[in-house]
Amino acid sequence: MKRRTVSLLWLPASVAIVYLASIAVLQGADNQPPPEDVESLRGSEPVGEVPAAPELKKYPKERVPMDLQYVGQPPLIPHSIRGYEITANSNKCLTCHALENAKSARAPGIGISHYRGRDGKILADVSPSRYFCTQCHVPQANAKPLVPNTYEPVESLKKP
Amino acid sequence: MKLPIPEFLKRYWHFLTRPLALALWIILAFGFFAGIIFWGGFNTMMEMSNTEAFCTSCHEMRDNVFEEMKTTIHYSNRSGVRASCPDCHVPHEWTHKIVRKVQASKELWGKITGKIDTPRKFEEHRLQMAMREWDRMKKNDSRECRNCHNFDSMDFSLQSKRAAHMHSTALASGELTCIDCHKGIAHKLPDMSGVPGW
Repeated sequence: MKRRTVSLLWLPASVAIVYLASIAVLQGADNQPPPEDVESLRGSEPVGEVPAAPELKKYPKERVPMDLQYVGQPPLIPHSIRGYEITANSNKCLTCHALENAKSARAPGIGISHYRGRDGKILADVSPSRYFCTQCHVPQANAKPLVPNTYEPVESLKKP
Repeated sequence: MKLPIPEFLKRYWHFLTRPLALALWIILAFGFFAGIIFWGGFNTMMEMSNTEAFCTSCHEMRDNVFEEMKTTIHYSNRSGVRASCPDCHVPHEWTHKIVRKVQASKELWGKITGKIDTPRKFEEHRLQMAMREWDRMKKNDSRECRNCHNFDSMDFSLQSKRAAHMHSTALASGELTCIDCHKGIAHKLPDMSGVPGW
């Protein structure tokens, strides 16, 4: 009788041992310091804490168009786009920049590439894959780059 | 044979048929004050129904168009001058206002029958409602816009180049009016396929 009780106790005891051992191992993993050179853009603030929000950038209402800074750069938007709706229902940008409206609106028309579907065929209207303008084209505030880059203007192609 | 009429009845008849000079003034005074009360009450009720609080007391307006408007420049901006619902949707001039109010009484029927009482129904009906407002604005030369935006006070040199060009040509000549270009400035747009210029 006594013997059976002892063998029954083995089951919870082994579970407890495994549990304690895993805690010890995981804590050991937690204690390892993170690599020194890695820091996320949000900074070294612990995840639980909310860092102070950076100051809002101010977009100029209108400015002269900006030069392209690297090959294949989508041109930046040189004007305010506050309240410009780009939804399945309507696209405010296209009321000036669609090719059929660009001349009367005195605005640069979008590239013919934007009328090309993904299979390479020219479409009668802007390709759905190009419809959401602000995926690539953004207004530019006076903001420093968050990460360094090696992009160069088109002249760099001439270099030997 | 003539029946003799008692003297007191004759006097009473005389009293009833010949108004007192004072009575005329009493009636006039009564009419005057009743007029003030009824006219004032009518106008007060009309003003009451001409407030944002009244418009947004129904969820159809509060949860759809009012919510959409909050991020636009006609609700929040740097100087805090803002437009409320009736500033754009009800004429300010009395005659036009009454006409619009009578037309808008049809919306009560819409409210009772639940024409736009779900987001989906609202979305399905949005184009029709938007077209009605565009049409109204087009016909009255964007009168409600012009209650605040005075063409003569526009300084083109302070406008963006493109805006100055459009305002000094198409708008100045009367060829186009505000609403022709400025659609969807305060609320979300319906499906614009088929609308000229979109």
